[in-house]
Amino acid sequence: MRKVAVYGKGGIGKSTTTQNTVAALAEMGRKVMVVGCDPKADSTRLLMGGLGQKTVLDTLRAEGEDVELDDVLRPGYGSTMCTESGGPEPGVGCAGRGIITSINLLEQLGAYDQDKNLDYVFYDVLGDVVCGGFAMPMREGKAQEIYIVCSGEMMAMYAANNICKGIVKFAEAGGVRLGGLICNSRKVDNEREMIEEFARRLGTEMIHFLPRDNDVQRAEIKRKTVIEWNSGAPQADEYRALARKIDANSLFVIPKPMELDELELLLVEYGLLGEEVAEEMAEEMAAA
Amino acid sequence: MSELVPTAAEAKQELLEIYPKKVRRKRETQIITNDPEAPPVIGANSRTIPGIITQRGCAYAGCKGVVLGPTRDILQITHGPIGCGYYSWLTRRNQTVPDELGPENYMMYSFSTDMQESEIIFGGEKKLKQAIEEAYEIFKPRVIAICSTCPVGLIGDDVHAVAREMKEKLGINVFGFSCEGYKGVSQSAGHHIANNQFFKHVVGQSERTVEGKFKINMLGEYNIGGDSFVIEDLFKRCGFTLVATFSGNACYEDMASSQQADLNLVMCHRSINYMAQMMETKYGIPWMKVNFIGAESTAKALRKMANYFGDAELIDRTEAVIAEELAKITPVQAEVRRRCEGKLAMLFVGGSRAHHYQDLFTDMGMRVISAGYEFAHRDDYEGRQVIPTIKVDADSRNIEEIEVQRDLVAFRPRKTEEEKALLAEAGVLLGDYEGMMPQMAKNALVIDDINHYESEKMIELYKPDVFCAGIKEKYVVQKMGVPCKQLHNYDIGGPYAGFEGAANFYRDIDRLVNTRIWKMITPPWQEKNNGDFGPPLAARGPRHPAHLSRQPEDE
Repeated sequence: MRKVAVYGKGGIGKSTTTQNTVAALAEMGRKVMVVGCDPKADSTRLLMGGLGQKTVLDTLRAEGEDVELDDVLRPGYGSTMCTESGGPEPGVGCAGRGIITSINLLEQLGAYDQDKNLDYVFYDVLGDVVCGGFAMPMREGKAQEIYIVCSGEMMAMYAANNICKGIVKFAEAGGVRLGGLICNSRKVDNEREMIEEFARRLGTEMIHFLPRDNDVQRAEIKRKTVIEWNSGAPQADEYRALARKIDANSLFVIPKPMELDELELLLVEYGLLGEEVAEEMAEEMAAA
Repeated sequence: MSELVPTAAEAKQELLEIYPKKVRRKRETQIITNDPEAPPVIGANSRTIPGIITQRGCAYAGCKGVVLGPTRDILQITHGPIGCGYYSWLTRRNQTVPDELGPENYMMYSFSTDMQESEIIFGGEKKLKQAIEEAYEIFKPRVIAICSTCPVGLIGDDVHAVAREMKEKLGINVFGFSCEGYKGVSQSAGHHIANNQFFKHVVGQSERTVEGKFKINMLGEYNIGGDSFVIEDLFKRCGFTLVATFSGNACYEDMASSQQADLNLVMCHRSINYMAQMMETKYGIPWMKVNFIGAESTAKALRKMANYFGDAELIDRTEAVIAEELAKITPVQAEVRRRCEGKLAMLFVGGSRAHHYQDLFTDMGMRVISAGYEFAHRDDYEGRQVIPTIKVDADSRNIEEIEVQRDLVAFRPRKTEEEKALLAEAGVLLGDYEGMMPQMAKNALVIDDINHYESEKMIELYKPDVFCAGIKEKYVVQKMGVPCKQLHNYDIGGPYAGFEGAANFYRDIDRLVNTRIWKMITPPWQEKNNGDFGPPLAARGPRHPAHLSRQPEDE
């Protein structure tokens, strides 16, 4: 069983990318479980055909200790298994602690057991690595390979770099590795080249470039993955390509996070300003 | 007085020797050879270096355990997992006797929300409300206080919002303390937090008029082992009217009407000076530092109080009480002095106790060769004149400092500036504390925030006759063959305040330092047949016959 976690800046499209990729893997005959690690509990909406799955933590609260796996783990599109960790309302409690509790409970209930014959478990994790709880999938080998969803926008790359710092921290203790960057295009200038270079500097690769396509939103409104909504859509093939690359991936690295200065230079170089301005800035920095 | 071997400077070098450079640099400023004439600057109230086994406690301990704990009719709910509430339950041996003003006593109960994982994840405010309502249903208290523990701050439960809501709903006084254990560098932060909330939510809340002459409050006396009872008795006999104690043997009504007093006495300067100052600003009540630990100090404090009011009859009655008490205690003092004179003591405790108890040892003719506080600030060592020069660091800035205004209705200056000047000339200083160092011997070693390593080293170097500290140190010290007297909770002893308490202390210390038991305890690994521990203890018969048959020098 391969244990995969998907991280990235908030709003970058982690849940959408994860579910579409999982749908493609399912199409390939892989048995996949998705664990949503977001208090909003919206990580499995497209696979389940809508929200409304009772979360692990809500169930735990309502049922006490007497929780059955079937209460929290539901079948989704293409024989995928879906579960949502859940968590508190915004502004109260500790969502990070919730994720820790939730994953431990799933383990105890046997969600990962041999007899489930899982090929993959995917953790879809909220936002940046904000605290210990959200790093839980990385810790203690809960997840082994990380994919970071990013785009050519500065804050998305900044977040990706930060997540790499998190991976380094847990790589030594937990054996977690970076599997690659997934560029979810925002149609930024030179986006593909910049993310390829960014990935190279981090010591990894851009595993796939997902073009921007409104079919993704159309499918989302129908509460479906693109693959389920319109199997023949070009975007469905993009997710299939990503799924195949992940399935065949063998490049797992401990990333080398960039210094902030370096990262900014990269943006200048590939972004709007061009090489000349980047060289000037580099000289200024060196002088300072 | 004979020179100590090693000297303070040599001992300091020994203590520092083991430390890495950075640690040594810090500890160097916190271990000081005393000069009572010109107290040197000492490093205090700064973070303990990680890895060092400190004596210190947490902000919750300072707030709930020290300041709030002794109040009998404020129902105190600890919001957090059960450990904090359980281990702060009566462990300080605060005593209390309910009376007409405060007939309820909740001190024998431990109230806690017993937070579980579910509250940590989803927030604990709901459970806190339930706990308050349940407590109200059962006990119908007139006040409920909420004490926050670490997780409450981490998950962001708003205890103050819950308090406001419950106050409205139940029609009783409900207020909270943000005294999460991690705040500040020691329990000192918790004292300050407790002072602020008591001042905001308790002082001045009562409409009652306090009758009586020479009205005083006693601040920073926590009735450990019954100390307050002894002091209250002295006040009564001299003719003072005690309005409130913060917070030994105290009830809510007393404290709520404490703004009517004409003088605040400050016993534990560290834990309560904030309150004294805020009351002076708002109501015009002057404060004086007193010490009721030690016969001499008690007499001195009572005289200062009587002189403050300047009433001839009060002064006469006070003198008569002092004379009567001294007559009783002098023979006890003389008796123990025969056996204790010249013996060595070390005190590492509290934020005032390491100072106050030196007076008792002085009464007994014993010599304090080293002392220090766990959580005091520089002013408690060097005197209040250094306050403007104390660097306010980020840790202190995290503790709320409340802005107090003069109360336009209730403010009433008790003394004019001229009267204060005259009192100062007569030796009655108001609003001042000279600190520990000016009263300690020259070249005594003053050690702030002493740790286990340094404690053991000091015992090795000087083999003191008694070591005063708390429960965390006690058995380590005693295993080294030196008696340890707990000055937080007095072990099983007390009261030690006032004249009667002083006599108790003389006797207890006499027994401790002169018992031969310490010489009889030879641990198995120090016996001759080293490596073979021999037959079981019970089968060995009397050991060390030499010790047993020796005539004690002093009996």
